[in-house]
Amino acid sequence: MLSSRQLRKLALIARDYDKGYGHFTTRQNIQFNWPALEDVPDILAHLAEVEMHANQTSGNCIRNTTTDQFAGVAVDEIEDARPYCEIIRQWSTFHPEFAYLPRKFKIAVCGTREDQAATQVHDIGAYLTRNDSGETGFRILAGGGLGRTPVIGEEIFPFVTKPHLLTALEAIMRVYNREGRRDNKYKARIKILVKETGAEQFREKVFAEWEKIKDGPQTLTDAEIERCKSFFSDPDYAELADKPATLTDRLAADALFASWHEQNVRPHKKPGYAIVTVCFKETGVAPGDVTDAQLDYLAELAEEYSFSEVRVTHHQNVVFADVRQELLYDFWKQLQARALASHNLGLLTDIICCPGGDFCALANAKSIPIAESIQRQFPDHAELKELGEIRINISGCMNACGHHHVGNIGILGVDKKGEEFYQVTLGGSSKNEASLGKVIGPAFSQEEIPAVIAKIVEVYKANRQQDEAFIDTYKRVGIDPFKELVYAQTN
Amino acid sequence: MPKLIRQGVIEEKDPWTLLKEATGPEVLQAVPGRNFIVPLQFWKLYRDELSEYSGEISLWLDSHEDVSAIGPDLHSFPLIALNFPVFSDGRSYTNARELREQLHYKGEIRAIGDVLRDQLFYMSRCGFDAFALRHDQDPEVCLQAFNDYETGYQASVMEPTPLFRRR
Repeated sequence: MLSSRQLRKLALIARDYDKGYGHFTTRQNIQFNWPALEDVPDILAHLAEVEMHANQTSGNCIRNTTTDQFAGVAVDEIEDARPYCEIIRQWSTFHPEFAYLPRKFKIAVCGTREDQAATQVHDIGAYLTRNDSGETGFRILAGGGLGRTPVIGEEIFPFVTKPHLLTALEAIMRVYNREGRRDNKYKARIKILVKETGAEQFREKVFAEWEKIKDGPQTLTDAEIERCKSFFSDPDYAELADKPATLTDRLAADALFASWHEQNVRPHKKPGYAIVTVCFKETGVAPGDVTDAQLDYLAELAEEYSFSEVRVTHHQNVVFADVRQELLYDFWKQLQARALASHNLGLLTDIICCPGGDFCALANAKSIPIAESIQRQFPDHAELKELGEIRINISGCMNACGHHHVGNIGILGVDKKGEEFYQVTLGGSSKNEASLGKVIGPAFSQEEIPAVIAKIVEVYKANRQQDEAFIDTYKRVGIDPFKELVYAQTN
Repeated sequence: MPKLIRQGVIEEKDPWTLLKEATGPEVLQAVPGRNFIVPLQFWKLYRDELSEYSGEISLWLDSHEDVSAIGPDLHSFPLIALNFPVFSDGRSYTNARELREQLHYKGEIRAIGDVLRDQLFYMSRCGFDAFALRHDQDPEVCLQAFNDYETGYQASVMEPTPLFRRR
């Protein structure tokens, strides 16, 4: 979540200390790639002025806690996860025992029924849930992750009540800190420990630790939970009706607006309001890149339309969480004027992509030009809409910052004797029915990729039943028909 | 001169000698009347011989060793040293907390090995009260590390009540 004040500060940093743009990451953070080292103290001072920081953004510590971008406004919410993220942020900030873990550590909390936070592929994923007696608490998974060895987390705590959240997390961390592998950094994440120990035995160790600290001083109090909730109180909503004529008339009259509305606008818990996602995936622009002028403009739009606040998503888009339905058309017009009205949200060209070899020292291969070449392959918006939701994720290397394992179509850059190649996986998903993609076959060159994607889409179209989504068709027919057509020519 | 901070004070003299490794207990007989910090496994192997030694004996544990392995004799040792083979190996933080919070150890807990200024604050919050600094560290500069932050969010050995219970 970013206030307009914070957005303007980020714009200033992009302008004065970087090359005029920043990069929204899949961690819902912003990255500045070109500041001079000697400017960093000044940049941190600027951030501190608007209550921002760069603490624990690298190193083998607990990183920033993430949640669903629709937290607090979604209609399907069990409870707003943000206060618990804040509680975890405080607990994990400068935690003296867990600053030098075997490897970095990421926690996500999800309070919505439709998980938008990729919770199951985090080192720890916590779902807000209700038990049989109607009490709200957490179901806690551990050992999920992407990177070189993609794994879906194992359930450690089927249900813990809220007061026990921090002691449960601390018990997991303690077992990991003590027993996680430190001999090989590629095997040091908690997912490897859980796998090598076995989920059952890992759980027993965690429970043995938990017994020692449960009901201790870290047990959360109602007062603290209430205090943290107060940071996320509802804005001053007006009493409005759903679907005002000002909206429905425009939807009927303007097909382009209606198309954008269908893709980018979601229902809001409060009547008369809407959640708008602004898609940053324009062809020719690196996914997640945002210029200083755009940041300033987002700040202005947020002030005018959404209580001076936006949210960055792990899909590298920006959410305006509280827009009045009666103002949606104006809002869209404004976006259009700035070329931000792209309506490919959730569609094939809304690609998730890491910075890749153009910016990242770790990458084997470029990823941004790959995204661009795919977007160019599908210029027809009507066709994209007809295809429906197809998630493409691109990572420039095995570290998987583009989360390629959970892309419906995943693309991974690999280095073969100094040349860049791309491995394609199918069938991944980061939603509730999370799954990891399967490799389709031998890797492709950069030039081949757009045609390969086109063939995959062709197979989908030939096999889909009615409105079946890509992922469902894939699950039904399996990988073979895709394999056949994609490799048909070379065989 | 040792570079040792103990209870927040720079010590001119260290009454203890760290025995990093040893083949057998005869090593100690050559230097009677000293106070030795010996490896955990060395003590486990030769505890009878060591109990007859003329000086005091305490233990050091490497980062992969668990303090629960010391057993019921723990409280008879005036000092337990925990090693940091590299500063980025964080296992000794957990060991120190376990000594203080679970095993209620009241003696000195000394950080040895790759002990640097930037980690002292965290170490002290986990229950370390003595720090054998790496040779290149300036003890005067290191003393300031204990005031890096006024308080912490979490429960710790220094402040067992988390901040949210103190507001």
